[in-house]
Amino acid sequence: MSDEIKTPEQLEAEKAAKVQAAAEARAARAAAKAAAEAEAAEATPKEPSPQQPILDRLVAIVNEQVGSDIIVESYINEMDAHIPTLVVKADNWAALAPILKNHEELQLEYLRNLSGVDRETHMECVYYLINLTNKQNYAIKVTTDRDNAIIPSVTPVWATAEWNEREVFDLLGIQFPGHPNMKRIMLTDDWVGHPLRKDYVQIDSEV
Amino acid sequence: MLRTEELLLNVGPQHPSTHGVFRIVLKIDGEIIKEATPVIGYLHRGTEKLAENLNYTQIIPYTDRMDYVSAMTNNYALVNSVEKMMQLEIPERAEFLRLIVMELQRIASHLVWFGTYLLDIGAMSPFLYAFRDRETIINLFNELCGARLTYFYMRVGGVKWDAPEGWIEKVKNFLPEMRRNLDEYHELVSGNEIFLARVKGIGKYDAQTAINFGLSGANLRSTGVKWDLRKDQPYSIYDRFEFDVATHPDGDCWSRYVVRMEEIKQSIRILEQAVEQFPAEGEIMGKVPRVIRPAEGEVYAGIESPRGEIGVHIVSKGKAEPYRLKFRRPSFTNLQILEKLLVGENITNMVTILGGIDIVLGEVDG
Amino acid sequence: MIDLIQSQLTFTNLILLFIIAAVLLMTLLGFVSYAIYFERKFIGWIQLRIGPNRTGPLGLFQSFADILKLLIKEDVIPTKADKTLFIIAPVIAFAPAFIVLATIPYAENLPFADLNVGLLYYIAISGLTTLGMLMGGWASNNKYALLGGMRSAAQMISYEVPLVISVIGVILMTGSLKLSAIVEGQAGYIWNWNIFPQAVAFIIFLIAAVSELNRTPFDLPEAESELVAGYHVEYSGFRFAFFMLAEYTYVFAFSALTTILFLGGWHAPLPALEFVPGILWFLLKFSFMVFFLYWIRATLPRLRVDQLMGLGWKVLLPIALVNVFITAIVLEIIRN
Repeated sequence: MSDEIKTPEQLEAEKAAKVQAAAEARAARAAAKAAAEAEAAEATPKEPSPQQPILDRLVAIVNEQVGSDIIVESYINEMDAHIPTLVVKADNWAALAPILKNHEELQLEYLRNLSGVDRETHMECVYYLINLTNKQNYAIKVTTDRDNAIIPSVTPVWATAEWNEREVFDLLGIQFPGHPNMKRIMLTDDWVGHPLRKDYVQIDSEV
Repeated sequence: MLRTEELLLNVGPQHPSTHGVFRIVLKIDGEIIKEATPVIGYLHRGTEKLAENLNYTQIIPYTDRMDYVSAMTNNYALVNSVEKMMQLEIPERAEFLRLIVMELQRIASHLVWFGTYLLDIGAMSPFLYAFRDRETIINLFNELCGARLTYFYMRVGGVKWDAPEGWIEKVKNFLPEMRRNLDEYHELVSGNEIFLARVKGIGKYDAQTAINFGLSGANLRSTGVKWDLRKDQPYSIYDRFEFDVATHPDGDCWSRYVVRMEEIKQSIRILEQAVEQFPAEGEIMGKVPRVIRPAEGEVYAGIESPRGEIGVHIVSKGKAEPYRLKFRRPSFTNLQILEKLLVGENITNMVTILGGIDIVLGEVDG
Repeated sequence: MIDLIQSQLTFTNLILLFIIAAVLLMTLLGFVSYAIYFERKFIGWIQLRIGPNRTGPLGLFQSFADILKLLIKEDVIPTKADKTLFIIAPVIAFAPAFIVLATIPYAENLPFADLNVGLLYYIAISGLTTLGMLMGGWASNNKYALLGGMRSAAQMISYEVPLVISVIGVILMTGSLKLSAIVEGQAGYIWNWNIFPQAVAFIIFLIAAVSELNRTPFDLPEAESELVAGYHVEYSGFRFAFFMLAEYTYVFAFSALTTILFLGGWHAPLPALEFVPGILWFLLKFSFMVFFLYWIRATLPRLRVDQLMGLGWKVLLPIALVNVFITAIVLEIIRN
């Protein structure tokens, strides 16, 4: 039955019907969403995250060991399985990194990931650290200016950072003083510019 | 005294044993390496930059091509991160299908490693035996999703294709055959004097160095550290299955060989349980909005690929395209240790050590 | 044949000798082509594949196709290579291989040039090939080739010593260096063959021979996965074919030598099988040795260069020396 050829009028009618049905469905969904949001807003305030005590302990250790004014922001990233996140400025990173690795309560010996992000107003590097014994994850964000992006290298602390920092330098242009071999790694040595930056202009735009 | 000179040998991008376009510049004195400088980037394709203009489903084929030997785990790494961001529910059947293909992929990837490692060491035949088994797996994947190497199988919220009639039966029949063949490989290779002399004691490093260098996968477990993301940071439905984490205390190329062969065995074990518990029917795609638009935020999720921890760090600004997508590639991180291991070694051992780390250049360069 | 060689060198005799040599060369080339074909087939079967099967029925013309391809290739000589050395290196590698075949007796009535010092001549001349390989490695002006050439020189020189010393046991038992005399010394049946009293020497000779042939597990000079073909990396076309020809001619020569020294030459193993002609026995034993070499190549991985040297000097040489002493002592005891 579905194979028979329909007349143009029948097709038009079907199309109109579908459009109307879709519009009705959209309206219904929007109404339901609005109702749910209203309900949620009236509901009880959010309960504290299970990782909040761990974040508090980290903040306390940092304040104690490094200084009480180096943390710019500390929060729980709920989207990412409630990982405790710290934001610090680049000038303080060199002092903070060894504490994270060697403090007996933290022992964050394994650097899982090092990403550079161009946030348009500033540049930042996100470090994901983990303790292999108690499996506790932490995320540290180190911010720096866009024009003169400098973050102290943590290669002396976690050797795995060596190539990762070279990659961030190569693609984003962040300098890492203290790095044993600060050269481009992916692109050729004579490349101009840093491709992952948001304001990077491609040499040949047709490609 | 005789004056000797150091020779600058360029083990260039084109070389039969470098597993792809990888270059290492060696300064050798006779046959001993004095200095080794790896040069990478020959296969850099700018995937991370491209990802900033594509929506999440469009990025999945790019992940296939990064670690082309184990594409299914790459697919999963990306969709896992997006699903974590959006807190999506994945249907049972889809989870099972994902687990089955990922474990089959682990076996296939380790078989490639086994074959090529022995080819580097000089034995020609195990390569063909390993590929005989890999053919069976690849044919299973071909039936499932139409491709032999770059599958584009997983989607955000589930998988694209359902298992055809009789596919699970075929997987079930493959498992005892693979067990038998694995024993055959052990018989042929694991006791061979020449092979043992070539790999035992070569490329040794201890657990502290491994953790410091951020090694993962068999490279970390071969030093005795029992760290497997499937058990320690569980994802998908791995917590429902019983399997052991293979470790070995020595930290040399022989340990890495033992660990990887044991991993194949454990994968077979997981698969046996998975096909037993496979749901007879169910959806293969969850409730996913038509346009995948995660809320603003950032997430990092790592999974255990055959080479180590592959993770995806996504920064989203609430749009359909990611603001920043970063792949944490295991081969890139694992390769850093090569420079440290090579000083003072024989050139012949360079090939053995490089093979033991198990890299795929598509992944190293991204 | 002996009378032909020992008679006066008239013009007709010279032409006759030349024709015989040409026939041997043709046989050799035929052997080499089909040895390569059988190697590829045999190794293919071990590796669960078929080997050549398209060119001609069952792929029998594959070798001719390959040789034709090599012949019509462009003659490339690298710019900075040492031209003279580059050109004569393959010749120096091949010529001794062929010269050595002059003394091998295939059957009672085919002794060829049966020198009194046949075995010594064999071992001395086969050592010259190393020179050709070294020259090829140096003249190519390529670091990989140089490494391969050096390794090859070191390897071949180290393994000459256990090779020769393991054979001394056989010489002591026979009392002569003449190859046909050595075969005659094994007259009788299988229990008279030299492999039984000289089992240790046989094993050492086999290992040293595989090493002299630069075949797996001792093929580091041409280790594909490290040195990308070692000393013949810059060679292409017919010059490369010469190196391959040299290698397979040595396979021929060493298999023939093993048959003569240890497996009884042209003698039948059992009295019941005497009716089969001697040359056929020779060919049978010879083929078995050749296939044994292929079998090892398909199965074993490669040794590292320092392990190889260690094996040659620290293991094979002492055992070979001990073997010689024990043979000498036992022979003294038997004589008294």
